[in-house]
Amino acid sequence: MEARIRIRNTKSILFKGVIVFFAFLITVPLIIVLLYIIKQGVTQVSWHFLTHVPAPVGESGGGISNALLGSFIMVMMSSVLAIPVGMFAGIYLSENPHTKLAYYSGLCVDILQGVPSIVVGIVIYFWLVKPLGTFSAISGSVALAIMMLPIVIRSTEQTLRLLPPSLKEAALSLGVPYHRVILKVIVPCGFAGILSGIMLSIARIIGETAPLLFTAFGNPYLSSSITKPMESLPHLIFTYATSPYDEWHNLAWGASFILLMFVLTLNIITKLITRKWNIQL
Amino acid sequence: MEHTVVSASKFNAWFGDNHVVKDVSIGIEKNQVIAVMGPSGCGKTTFLRCINRMHELIPGATAKGSLKLYDDEVYTMNPIYVRYKIGMVFQRPNPFPNLSIYDNVVAGYKLNGLKMAKADMDNIVEKSLTSAALWKEVKDSLHKKGTFLSGGQQQRLCIARAIAMEPEVILFDEPTSALDPISTSSVEQLFHELKEKYTLIIVTHNMQQAARVSDKTAFFYLGELVEFDDTKQMFTAPADVRTQNYITGRFS
Ligand SMILES: Nc1ncnc2c1ncn2[C@@H]1O[C@H](COP(=O)(O)OP(=O)(O)OP(=O)(O)O)[C@@H](O)[C@H]1O
Ligand SMILES: [Mg+2]
Repeated sequence: MEARIRIRNTKSILFKGVIVFFAFLITVPLIIVLLYIIKQGVTQVSWHFLTHVPAPVGESGGGISNALLGSFIMVMMSSVLAIPVGMFAGIYLSENPHTKLAYYSGLCVDILQGVPSIVVGIVIYFWLVKPLGTFSAISGSVALAIMMLPIVIRSTEQTLRLLPPSLKEAALSLGVPYHRVILKVIVPCGFAGILSGIMLSIARIIGETAPLLFTAFGNPYLSSSITKPMESLPHLIFTYATSPYDEWHNLAWGASFILLMFVLTLNIITKLITRKWNIQL
Repeated sequence: MEHTVVSASKFNAWFGDNHVVKDVSIGIEKNQVIAVMGPSGCGKTTFLRCINRMHELIPGATAKGSLKLYDDEVYTMNPIYVRYKIGMVFQRPNPFPNLSIYDNVVAGYKLNGLKMAKADMDNIVEKSLTSAALWKEVKDSLHKKGTFLSGGQQQRLCIARAIAMEPEVILFDEPTSALDPISTSSVEQLFHELKEKYTLIIVTHNMQQAARVSDKTAFFYLGELVEFDDTKQMFTAPADVRTQNYITGRFS
């Protein structure tokens, strides 16, 4: 008996050791990658770097202002497109989980989530870029919005589904009409979850290159016109990193560093939101 | 019968094909406390939720027959108006977790978008919380979230929320079954005071509670209203053998 317990204890310790080891194993390369990007990128970043467009080959200096502005504009536009649609769809799914429509739209959301981003890019190319006759920020934003949608829908749905039905009953029993119950009680109570879903979806799309290749394309000049091609951080990294010039590689490292900081900040904000605004039920 | 507030006659309710409330006829008088008792699954909750038209919100749920609030047919009134007039308190305290204590009390106004002067609102909050015997405990923390309160306090907050709408009738579905004995007795205490102004219909599984707080008791069995009489009468000399069996604990 005694011996058997000892064997079990040893097994437990061994098991713990194994999971700690693997947790460590995946952390190390991640940290190495992060440190490498920071090391390569941080020296590039300066006020000049953030406020100037890339310099032509051979000239030193230059920055990524065109990509910063472009990423900002396109993320904003795709948010405006995807967030309302995604939230309403998510509300529908959580409110009516057993309808046929919920089944099929849920299925579509799952499929959409699995569609490779380059495919989304090609589709938008044929649907928007070709008819409009030019690459444009609008097309890029639509492609990004499509990438955002499934995340917003699912996070809204899952957040709202966790709310207890008693909450809705409380509001209904006070004579509150259904649309107000949803907008004034259900959505505010799930706000932290919905918002963190939105943040994560932005973090997801801000680094997407593939859907932008055939849609927004890129633009070496500072442009805020949404009907013209527009630069973005990931696209700039892609073009400059694959160029043969050292200055351009450095530019790409700097942009990578900035992009990394964005994603990191978004993730931290998301964590803070869920911690601070989470409503105690 | 001008004192009759709620009356049902041959009232029926279903969940799909499941006939849950069967030919219930009852007349409930003003300023009384009515206890509704009966074995689990006999349709007490369903009947209660028919009175403020919450029943129909469940998919497949239907109701038929006459149910009146004073002289008006509840089922031809606007359900939203019905729920203004007939408040409800649930088994588990369910204050709105996103709202302060203050906003919870006036939630019926705020969530409905009814505009009101700040002074009037303050007034309603103080009056309702006082009636719910909660004012003294929370008057210095009105802007804290309602969910910071203890279970018993939360339930009284929910009662204050119902009172704030100035209803005619308040429905309680096992209002103390999730509360500890001390909170329970404070809520029971409240029933005595509330009946001065309102008519209370209380579903309870606790016979002592029914005996303590109610004027009349309705006994449901398998969806039928078997007996409806003065509580004293019912507990000392029930007319129906099913009531008698239930009270003496021969089935539950
Ligand atoms: N949401 C629902 N959908 C379908 N059937 C239901 C639903 N709620 C209750 N029922 C059925 O209706 C019948 C009566 O239920 P009800 O909740 O009114 O009983 P109750 O007397 O309140 O019981 P308890 O004392 O356990 O609360 C039960 O047989 C139950 O199965
Ligand atoms: Mg019940």
